[in-house]
Amino acid sequence: MSGLNFRRLGAVARKEFIHVLRDPRALGIAIVLPMVMLMIFGYALTMDLDRVPLAVWDQSRTPQSRELVSRFEGSRYFSVVARPGSYGEVEGDLARGRTMMAVVLPVEFGRRVASGRKVQVQILTDGSDANTTTLAISYAEAIVRNYSQELLVEKTRRITGRPPALPLDLRFRAWFNTDMESRIFIVPGLIAVIMMLITALLTSLTVAREWETGTMEQLISTPIRGSELILGKLAPYFAVGMVDMLLSVLAGRFLFDVPIRGSLLLLFAVSAIYLVGALSLGILISAKAKSQLLASQFAFVATFLPAFLLSGFMFDIANMPKALQVVTYLIPARYFVAFLRGLYLKGTGLAELWPECLLMVAFGALMLLSAIRSFKKRLA
Amino acid sequence: MSAVPGTLAVTLRDLERRFGDFVAVNRISLDVRQGEIFGFLGPNGAGKSTTIRMLCGLLEPSGGQGTVAGLDIRTQREEIKRSIGYMSQKFSLYDDLTVEENIDFFSGIYRVPKEKKAERKAWVLDMAHLQEHRRTRTGLLPGGWKQRLSLGCALLHEPRVLFLDEPTSGVDPLSRRSFWDLIYQMASEGVTVFVTTHYMEEAEYCDRLALIYRGELVALGTPGEMKGGLMADQVLRVACDRSHEALGVAATVAGVRDAALFGRDIHLMTEDAEALAPRLRRSLEEGGFQVGAVERITPSLEDVFVSLIEARDRADGAQKEFKA
Repeated sequence: MSGLNFRRLGAVARKEFIHVLRDPRALGIAIVLPMVMLMIFGYALTMDLDRVPLAVWDQSRTPQSRELVSRFEGSRYFSVVARPGSYGEVEGDLARGRTMMAVVLPVEFGRRVASGRKVQVQILTDGSDANTTTLAISYAEAIVRNYSQELLVEKTRRITGRPPALPLDLRFRAWFNTDMESRIFIVPGLIAVIMMLITALLTSLTVAREWETGTMEQLISTPIRGSELILGKLAPYFAVGMVDMLLSVLAGRFLFDVPIRGSLLLLFAVSAIYLVGALSLGILISAKAKSQLLASQFAFVATFLPAFLLSGFMFDIANMPKALQVVTYLIPARYFVAFLRGLYLKGTGLAELWPECLLMVAFGALMLLSAIRSFKKRLA
Repeated sequence: MSAVPGTLAVTLRDLERRFGDFVAVNRISLDVRQGEIFGFLGPNGAGKSTTIRMLCGLLEPSGGQGTVAGLDIRTQREEIKRSIGYMSQKFSLYDDLTVEENIDFFSGIYRVPKEKKAERKAWVLDMAHLQEHRRTRTGLLPGGWKQRLSLGCALLHEPRVLFLDEPTSGVDPLSRRSFWDLIYQMASEGVTVFVTTHYMEEAEYCDRLALIYRGELVALGTPGEMKGGLMADQVLRVACDRSHEALGVAATVAGVRDAALFGRDIHLMTEDAEALAPRLRRSLEEGGFQVGAVERITPSLEDVFVSLIEARDRADGAQKEFKA
């Protein structure tokens, strides 16, 4: 393994480039798959709640009740899709999934509001999806509370002749993701997950294919060294991976409108390091599996699932059980997700993100060395 | 790199390889001289490929020693790989690369000096008759052409020892013949050729032969020596109709040690062909067969090998019964 001959390395790299370029289907998948995944997850994985299908049963039919209903109608979070006339209809709509929430105003609503007395507003929800329901309830609560407060202000003014001074004035402002749109949070993490999967899949076939077709037997009868073979094999896939990265960043910027606040140079430099690690992991898997089918399946399970579930991309690591939190430190995607989110959203650089970067360098070096060492010039 | 006449290109001493309980190569010892075409013969599964892989440094021996070009097959594997050419049983160039790209790849791997690169490439294209197909994808070439290209790629770095593992299996007879012309050409230039085969006519082309069976060396010598001295039995050739049925009858005649079909003829192994001939003719004619010529013939290599292998089987069988 000692030493490295650039002539041999060059010969392997050139041959691998030819393999990649002569297989337009594989190349197409390598370019199209990350884009498709970015589209699917980017659009589907939205955690924003918009246009909750709402049923309104206004039994009062007074100006006061119509005022409250109009506030639901005017909210971007709700869309009134049904006007039931009985609890039977309300329940039917919720059960069928036609609506997610129902607002029921009692007959006496208008009368009691007009006379300044307390009245109940009933909200019924489909609680199957706890997270979404909680969000929807909080939006509904805000609308009702607002209206209630305005009524109180109006009442006070009528009595005292001037509006009351509210004791607390809440003003909030979200930093980094001002509009609090989840895609701005999701897309950078998604890029990390996709890059992990696609790169390991790309290289998981290369070594196994040579064992399957028998070319490996010829290769190991030559003076080639592990470092030359592995680095040579990495070269074209590194290029493909960087193209994928570039396309993902462009799609994020122009399709999803996700701004990049940090340094582009740092973004691509760290991505390159992450790529080397992920590509080497694929080669390592390929060399151990010696079969293309086994290698690609293993690469999928070994990269996608942990990157998707344990990297902090989908689920907040701080909320995981302690034991699982420890496991996440072994998932390189965790560091890349944190790095990309920091760089994209907060514009942070090496000053804040050096631990993540250092761990990715360690991951890359470890994987590359293991991949080189995994290459045995023996048949059995 | 120059060949010293009379030196040994390959040596094996009690070379052994086991896979679990299975002994694939059982303590084989032999020498191959520089510049020789050495044939390694045996049925499938006899241990030919296992031996050649140990010599090329692809498999670790379980026991014994060996050298290739004066280098130890246990401790100097990488040095060996620089000085040998190897063609594995399976076609193992890259189908999606063109002829020229395959040559360039192996030229780079073997670090053929820059100033010799073009010359070696031209030599390979010329030798393999692939000048006009240099830009053809290798996968599209017929089998015989691929074999010639494989040979060329294994020779790019001008190795002194060439290992060919069943180089002509699955290749048509005409291409096989022209492939052997190339092997002769190599040998005449001083390259030692170590070739495995199970084609008998190819065995005749070799300078010396080793017959291995079930991992053991059964016979070693020139084709002439093998045909002349190695067989105690004589061979009687019988031409006869319905030879397949006649074989069963002939095998039961007293004095017949072994009977086998060779084309339409029956070959019989016996201690005394002259004495057997009239008895045999009588038995067959009584059985209603039309018997033509019955004559003693010089054994072919195939006769020799069948006889040696059957003798080995009989000995093994006897040993087993004795043990039981």
